[in-house]
Amino acid sequence: MSITRLVFNEIRHRKLNFVLTILSVTIAVGCLTGAQTLLRSDEVQTDDILAAKKTEVEAAVAERVKTVEEAGKAHQDFVRKEMLKLGFNILILPEEQDVSELLLHGRLTATMPESYVDKLAQSSVMTVNHLLPTVVKRVDVEHGGTKFDVVLQGTRGEVPILNRGQKKMLLAAVPPGSVVIGSEVQKKLGLKKADTLTILGEDFTVATINKPTGSIDDVTVWIDLKQAQKLLGMENLINTIFALECGCVGDRLAQIRAEVSALLPGTQIVEEEAKALTRAESRAKAEEAAIQALADEKAAGEATLRRTEETRIDIEDRNAGLAGVLVPLVMLGCALWIGFLAFGNVRERQSEIGILRAIGLSSKQILTLFLSRTLLTGIVGGVVGCLLGLQFGLQFGAAESLGITVSRLFEDGDLKLLVILAPILAVVFSAIASWLPAMMAAKQDPAVVLQE
Amino acid sequence: MTEILDLQKVCKTYRGRSGEVRAVDGVSLSLDAGEFVAVRGPSGCGKSTLLLLSGGLLAPDSGDVTVAGEEPYLMSTDARSRFRAANIGFVFQQFHLVPYLSVLENVLAPSIANKTAAADETLTRARSLVVHFGLEDRIDHVPGELSSGERQRTALARALLNQPKLLLADEPTGNLDEENAELVLTHLGEFAASGGAVLLVTHDASAAARASRTVFLDSGKVVTDDAATAS
Ligand SMILES: Nc1ncnc2c1ncn2[C@@H]1O[C@H](COP(=O)(O)OP(=O)(O)OP(=O)(O)O)[C@@H](O)[C@H]1O
Ligand SMILES: [Mg+2]
Repeated sequence: MSITRLVFNEIRHRKLNFVLTILSVTIAVGCLTGAQTLLRSDEVQTDDILAAKKTEVEAAVAERVKTVEEAGKAHQDFVRKEMLKLGFNILILPEEQDVSELLLHGRLTATMPESYVDKLAQSSVMTVNHLLPTVVKRVDVEHGGTKFDVVLQGTRGEVPILNRGQKKMLLAAVPPGSVVIGSEVQKKLGLKKADTLTILGEDFTVATINKPTGSIDDVTVWIDLKQAQKLLGMENLINTIFALECGCVGDRLAQIRAEVSALLPGTQIVEEEAKALTRAESRAKAEEAAIQALADEKAAGEATLRRTEETRIDIEDRNAGLAGVLVPLVMLGCALWIGFLAFGNVRERQSEIGILRAIGLSSKQILTLFLSRTLLTGIVGGVVGCLLGLQFGLQFGAAESLGITVSRLFEDGDLKLLVILAPILAVVFSAIASWLPAMMAAKQDPAVVLQE
Repeated sequence: MTEILDLQKVCKTYRGRSGEVRAVDGVSLSLDAGEFVAVRGPSGCGKSTLLLLSGGLLAPDSGDVTVAGEEPYLMSTDARSRFRAANIGFVFQQFHLVPYLSVLENVLAPSIANKTAAADETLTRARSLVVHFGLEDRIDHVPGELSSGERQRTALARALLNQPKLLLADEPTGNLDEENAELVLTHLGEFAASGGAVLLVTHDASAAARASRTVFLDSGKVVTDDAATAS
C-alpha cells in the first residue's frame, strides 16, 4: 500500500469533487491564458497595422520626395537655361531723373547724350545682348479730328554691339514715317493699319498695332528715334537706354552698376523685372510648394501613425484593463470555489483521516495525501486550461482571421513562458486555494473523530 | 508476566464551551500480555476516553501512560504515530474503514505508516488475515458493499496486520448482531491467547463475560477491578 494508491482510489471514489476542482483550475488557468493570448494577439495586430501604415506613409513620402526632386530639377534647369538665355533687363537713366515721373506720368525730363549708347556698345562692361536708346514724352496725337494723350517713344531699334558678333534683332526698328501703336490708342482713335496719325503736327502711317498688354505700352506710340528727337527738339539727346537680356545673374548687378556709372558718368541704373525671373520665381515657388507638400505629407504621415498607434494603445489598454479586472476576479472566484471544494473534501474525510492517523500515518503523510490530489488537479486543470485558453484566445482574438500564426504570438517570450509555466502555476494556484483545508486535515486530532 | 499497558493515576479533563468535564479521574490500570480486559460502566463514565489515553491518541493532563515499556506521550507526534503503528491496534464501533479502499487494501493500510516488513511479506500476511476472518470472497469489495460483521472483521484484520502488542476495542460489537458479535469476541480472545493484550470497552455484560478480567468505571474512576480484588 502506498499514498499514491490512496490518492488514486480516493479520486476514483469521489470523482465529482475531483472533476469540479479540475474544472475550477481549468477555468482559472484558461481565463488567464485566454486573456494573455487575446492581449498578445492585440499586440501582434498592432504591430501589423502600424507596419502597414508605416509602409503606406513611407510610400507617400517617397512619392513627394520624387515630386520635390523633379520640381527642384525643373527649377534649376529653368533658371540655368533662362538666365543664360535671357538674363534680366536694366534701364539706364540720367542721374537727376526722377523715376516716379516715368511711372506716374509716362514722361522723362532729364536727358543724356545719345553717344552714351555707342560708348556702352563699344565697351566690354557687360554681356548686354541688346541696347535700345529711347526718348519718351507725353504728347497729344490726332486722327480724324480726335485727340488722344499718349506716351511717345522714339526708338532706333538695336545698337550693334561691336565687341561681339551681330545678334538677331530683338526689336525691329520703326522706319521713319511709320508708327507702331498700342491697343488703347487704336481703340480710342479707331485706327486701322495704314491710317494716318498726326503727332506734333507731323503725319505718320500706322504700321503695326500691338496686342493689349495691360501696361503703359497700350497707350504708347513708337516712332523713329531721329524723327522723335527732331519733333521734340532733342537732337542727339536721349532719355533712357534699355539694356536687354544682360547675361548676368542677380548678385552681379552691383558690379555692373559700378562699372556702368564709371563708364557713363551721371547715370543711374534701374533694374527691370524680367519675365524670366518671374517664371523662375514661379518655378521656385513650385519647388517650395513641393517641399512644403513633402513636409506636410511627412507630418500627416507621422500624425496618422501616431493616431493609429494611440488608437491601438487605447484598445490594448482597454482590453488589458478589462482583463486586469476580469481575470483576477475569475481567478479569485475559482480559488474560493477550489477552497470550498477542498474544505468539503476534508470534512467528508474526517473519519478516514482520524483512523489513518490512529493506525500510524504521520501528519506529513496526511498532508501529502491532500497535496498530491491538489497536484493532480493542478496539472490536469493547468494543461487543459492552458490549451482551452489558447484556443479561445486564438479564436476570439481574431488572430486566425488576420492570419496571425501561433508562432507569431509566441515570438514574445511572455506568452511562451506562461504556457510553459501554466501547469506549475495551476498547481501553485490550487495549492494556495486548498492549502488551508489540507492543513486542517493534517492537524486534525484523530481522537476527536474516533470518539464519536 | 510482561506488562503491556500501564496507566498510573491518569487524569483527563475536557474543557469545552459548556464547562469542564472530568472524564478520567486518577485511573491506574495495568494489562499484561495475554490478558483480555473488559472495561464497563455507564454511558459517559469515561470508557472511550480511557481507551484513547491508552492508545497514544489523547494526552492525559496528569499521570503516566506506558505501552510496551515506552511512554508514547514523551515522544514527538510523528514518533508517536510510528509507535502506534508498530504496537497498537484499534477497533471501533463505527468500524472507521477507508471507504474507497477494498477489504484487502484496508487491511494493508497500516503498512503505509509501518514499513518494517517487506511489501510481499505484508501482502501475504494481509491475505492470510483476510482468509482467517472469512473475508476471502469479499477481498476486493469496498466497505460500502459489506455487512456490518464483515466490516468489523475487516477492521479487526487491519488492527492485527502489524502484529501489535496491544489491541484496543471500543464497543466493537455495538453495531453487530449476536452471531457476528460472538465471532468478533472470539477473535479478540484468540489474540489475547496468542500473547497480545486486549482492552475491550463495552457496556454489554455478555461481551464482558468473555474477558479474563473486568474493570468497572464510574464518573472517571475505577469502581472495581477483578485483578485488584483477586490479588
Ligand atoms: N471531546 C470532548 N469534549 C468535551 N467533553 C467530552 C469530549 N469527549 C467526551 N466528553 C465527555 O467526557 C465524558 C466521558 O466521555 P466518554 O466518551 O469517555 O464516555 P463513554 O464512557 O465512552 O460513554 P459511552 O458509553 O456513551 O460511549 C462524557 O461526559 C462526555 O460527555
Ligand atoms: Mg464510548
